[in-house]
Amino acid sequence: MEINIVGFALVLTIMGGLAVLMGKWLAYTFEGQCHWVLERWSYRALGVNPTERMGWARYGLVLLVSNAVMMGFGYLVLRLQVVLPLNGLGNAAQTPDLAFNTAASFITNTNWQAYGGETSLSNATQMLAITFLMFCGATAGVAAAGAFIRGLARASSQDIGNYWVDFMRILWRVMLPLCFVMALVYVWQGMPQTLDSQVMATTLEGARQQIILGPVASFESIKHIGTNGGGFFSMNAAHPFENPTPLTNTLHILSMLLIPSSLTVTFGLMLARRRQGWVFFGAFLVMFVGFLVLMYGAEQSGNPLLTQAGADQVLSSTQPGGNMEGKELRFGIAGTALFVTTTTAATTGSVNAMHDSLTPMGGFVPLAQMMLNTVFGGDGVGFINLIQYAILTVFLAGMMIGRTPEFLGKKIEVREIKLVMLSVLAHPASILGFTALAMLWPDTGTSLANHGAHGFSEVLYAYASGTANNGSAFAGFNANTPFFNATIGLAMLIGRYFTLLPLLAVAGSLAAKKTVPDSPGTFPTATPLFMGLLVFVVLIVGGLTFLPALALGPVVEHFQMLAGQLQP
Amino acid sequence: MNISTTVQNEIQRELLRGLVGPCLRGALFIAAITGIAYPLATTGVAQLLMSEAASGSLIKQGDRVIGSRLIGQYFTATHYFHARPSATTGANPDGSGSSVSQPYNAGASLGSNQGPTNAVLIETVQRRAQDYRVRNGLPMDTAVPVDAVTASASGLDPHISVANALLQAKRVASARQLPVENVQTLISQHTEGRLLGLLGELRVNVLLLNIALDKQASESAAPASANAVGEHHVQ
Repeated sequence: MEINIVGFALVLTIMGGLAVLMGKWLAYTFEGQCHWVLERWSYRALGVNPTERMGWARYGLVLLVSNAVMMGFGYLVLRLQVVLPLNGLGNAAQTPDLAFNTAASFITNTNWQAYGGETSLSNATQMLAITFLMFCGATAGVAAAGAFIRGLARASSQDIGNYWVDFMRILWRVMLPLCFVMALVYVWQGMPQTLDSQVMATTLEGARQQIILGPVASFESIKHIGTNGGGFFSMNAAHPFENPTPLTNTLHILSMLLIPSSLTVTFGLMLARRRQGWVFFGAFLVMFVGFLVLMYGAEQSGNPLLTQAGADQVLSSTQPGGNMEGKELRFGIAGTALFVTTTTAATTGSVNAMHDSLTPMGGFVPLAQMMLNTVFGGDGVGFINLIQYAILTVFLAGMMIGRTPEFLGKKIEVREIKLVMLSVLAHPASILGFTALAMLWPDTGTSLANHGAHGFSEVLYAYASGTANNGSAFAGFNANTPFFNATIGLAMLIGRYFTLLPLLAVAGSLAAKKTVPDSPGTFPTATPLFMGLLVFVVLIVGGLTFLPALALGPVVEHFQMLAGQLQP
Repeated sequence: MNISTTVQNEIQRELLRGLVGPCLRGALFIAAITGIAYPLATTGVAQLLMSEAASGSLIKQGDRVIGSRLIGQYFTATHYFHARPSATTGANPDGSGSSVSQPYNAGASLGSNQGPTNAVLIETVQRRAQDYRVRNGLPMDTAVPVDAVTASASGLDPHISVANALLQAKRVASARQLPVENVQTLISQHTEGRLLGLLGELRVNVLLLNIALDKQASESAAPASANAVGEHHVQ
């Protein structure tokens, strides 16, 4: 118990240290004047002018069109799998609805997978479709965050930067070097990195075992640094080849938190408001620790029904105890609880345990974090979401004292609030709307692996995961049907672009405003009080909408578990 | 045409200028860098520096591959330690296209995905606990270590807890006609520790432990009966 708590503290401390280093590097990347040689070559290859200054509309349009083209490219590669090389397992190409879902999933940084990696994709598509789209989605998200912060920092300016410059710099200066080094560390720990597809073994007891191999390490490093989350194998980071040791588990967790946490520092540096950056970091951390405590408590105390069935769930010096259904022994309860909390906070969606088998309150945590979508959040978008709530907070505080709200020296007016509300409302509308539709859809019952309250949670989880661009699943749920492929695919696109584009517009609109000097009536935002208010607004505005749905799912199931009511 | 429409047209032209071409070239260029060059370069360096780990940490006897250090195997014989339950499935050998339980099928990882109030899960755990007690000669009211009666996430978990291994030691020792202390010593030799004493769990790699048992047996020139060899692992 104490060991586990010290372990959590250690990992979070390292995260804080890395956030400072990475935050400085990102600020340099966004603001530096000189272009690296590789970047100049890239601009030439694309035929773009790196000195062009883009307004928010132009920036957003380039992001949108380039993502659409990349998604189309990924779709084609998935459809053409059978004519591409490196298909040693002879896997068939994905069907059109599945390939649409997969391409939408990976370009939006969601990484929802309605397929099992090792039984569906070849090594060529794992690299050329999946690894490629993982880089694109993550890099575009960080670029948007850079432009967004620039917009907040500028005054009386018509532009928020150049999309291609941001994209190429993040790719060459952050993503590629980090992923390459991390991949080699992963190989050292035992992750395969080969173009062979499989090897046949004869086990000690004489059975044949087919062991699937592939370029796993290069896939894992971008998967976590890019907060992507899709698995090379069906069981994702629970598979021993995707996560062989406690060290790789810890590196996965630190990789997922790296960019989302460091953007608060980047923000502080670029706006010369470092205290403000730390207030945002603190707000993230407070929510994260709260959810981690709930998660760890629920899983370690375990499932009373398992105890009745004869299992010993007590933590001791020789066993982890707790609810070990769907968990791996090398991570135990603590390594799993921290991973689950991280992957749904940083909306990665990688899983090192089966979320479907979590205790009801353990399953509540990932659901709630995806619904809030701003406990660190995914690469770039998590920070943008938090600013959206910060704007809402100053607006609400302004309403209470009857003054025009100001944020970071800019007046917040009707246009900004309208755009923020568009994004704040699109998120629950997509999750709850699609869930309601699916509950009415006649074939939904056949997709469920568990029934009763847990079955409802499976559907709710699917749309929360899609809309929050998370990608994890209550994986017993069979989402590979035309209905679910289409609606979850749409939820992912809505969740991505109805947050990014309105908030880029907010950045553009704030960049164009004049700075107003602080007056005695200005509500100070770089204080612990503001941090508390912000967390409060996130929980109330972001959370309250979902409370009825959560009550129908995990909360009901929790009481059923305590009452010993089993579901057939 | 008044001035405001001219400005608007100007802005629209500006918005769309140089949009599609760079996006098309960008997709191809970035695909070549991140989808081909990056994974191939990583593969090259990894194979050059750490070929054993990069090829799946395989265990070989002669040129025969007997498994991977990282992937669990299904054990049923009494003289071997048994791994955790596994929910993986495989194609039905009767060719009907349906799938049947095939524990530790590394070709298709799978967890049970059964929720905490699922009746099937609770019944299965009850049955596993019963079997475990019978197999290991434990009193019928013994609480069984939770990892021994729950399916892992991947279905390929190579490890069991120390508590689980110690409860199996007596059975393995008597099947091999070894003093139980020998087997316990082997368990402690094969117990992997936590990272920095903090992260992860104490654990025993079942495959490596069983290989060590076999090795000890062949060294003492009294090979254990290989009664389970060739058994087909379809329940």
